[in-house]
Amino acid sequence: MLTDREPHLPEIIEEVLGLPVYELLQADKSAYLLPVFNQLHVHHTQQCASYFNAFSSHGSQFKTISELPFVAVRLFKLLNLKSVSEDKVTKCLLSSGTTGSTPSKVYLDAVTSRWQSKALVKIMQQFLGKQRLPMLIIDSPPQTSDGSLNARAAGIQGLGLFGRHHTYALNSDMSINWKAIEQFSAKFANVPTLIFGFTFMVWQHFILELQRTGKQVNLPQGHLFHSGGWKKLAAQEVDNTTFKQVVKRTVGISQVTNFYGMAEQVGSVFMECERGFLHAPVTADIIIRNPYNFKVCARGERGLVQVLSVLPYSYPGFSILTEDLGTLRGTDDCQCGRKGNYFTLHGRLPKVEIRGCSDTSQSPLS
Amino acid sequence: MTNEKKLTQAFVSALSIDEAQVVDSLQYNTIKEWDSTAHMVLIAELEDAFDVMLDTDDIIDMSSVAKAKTILQRYDVEFSD
Repeated sequence: MLTDREPHLPEIIEEVLGLPVYELLQADKSAYLLPVFNQLHVHHTQQCASYFNAFSSHGSQFKTISELPFVAVRLFKLLNLKSVSEDKVTKCLLSSGTTGSTPSKVYLDAVTSRWQSKALVKIMQQFLGKQRLPMLIIDSPPQTSDGSLNARAAGIQGLGLFGRHHTYALNSDMSINWKAIEQFSAKFANVPTLIFGFTFMVWQHFILELQRTGKQVNLPQGHLFHSGGWKKLAAQEVDNTTFKQVVKRTVGISQVTNFYGMAEQVGSVFMECERGFLHAPVTADIIIRNPYNFKVCARGERGLVQVLSVLPYSYPGFSILTEDLGTLRGTDDCQCGRKGNYFTLHGRLPKVEIRGCSDTSQSPLS
Repeated sequence: MTNEKKLTQAFVSALSIDEAQVVDSLQYNTIKEWDSTAHMVLIAELEDAFDVMLDTDDIIDMSSVAKAKTILQRYDVEFSD
């Protein structure tokens, strides 16, 4: 007997991208996403030999999202994990590794890249609206590309979509390009602007440098978005609250939004809300796991962060166990009004190599 | 200059491709010249050429030359075909 054609996985992923970003209650969201993750699991089992070898014995139809297998994030360093043929790969994302550490390799095809951009756009629109703003990038201009894209450049490019008049605040040696910043702030002092940088770069090469030189930059209508590792900042005893206070004092910016994302799951980022919690968008979810037995942690309990995203189609990265420590703070009841799971981070698992877009920058000062 | 001509010029200049390659069916990410970096250059070129301000949805939706025309039409830019 002929049955109705099952919708193809790409169509289902497109559907998720059309859902409201923060409005679904967790129970409804889980019910919606579980079959998508199950299909992604089957897809990667069929298309990626390494994934098949590791997980095909786990079954194929999981009853809850927490039963789904997860890939340890460092496997993206050790293996070439991809679920599309070589000729379909349009981009290989490399997480910028410090000397001595191997970069993660994330293989993207055209459709996965497009979904990543689309997911990021939907999330950012919740904070910025649809318009694009004059954009100051706290980084150096990109170097000529050799075909692969490092994660820092990819992050800048992703966020760059929300900008116009893109201005790079740093020179290639990470010194401040004073002329560029002066021109930018003179021209756009009285209009909303978008400022983006990786957390450590913003702190080390912009904020501290402004403090050291005593120069003034005033962008009161700026909205700073930043992301990347906190490890180097933690060593300087700078936490999120301090970061915000000093940014406000130094450049007059009171809108500061941190977000959590990684090269292995570009697009479905976790944005910090007005209350200081990180929220899972509709395209993603998180589970906190006990680092010793991998059991799901209760609300309030610290553990390893597992990230899930419906976007990874060209590589088996839809369910990843990170080496980051976090705590689930609640579900559906954040005072900011966003639904679903929300959480906080506490940095990396001890003894884990330094990774992350801003932590891996080789700073002449550190 | 007609709007078709302006559109073609914007693609030629942003993507560094031949005029003959700029046809309705040309799609984003199918030729190496039209990658995500060139796409942002293209957006800036189109904004200049037609004096419009494209939003983030437009950038995501602009997946082909034909789609570029459809999007620009929403900003009252007319194309004859």
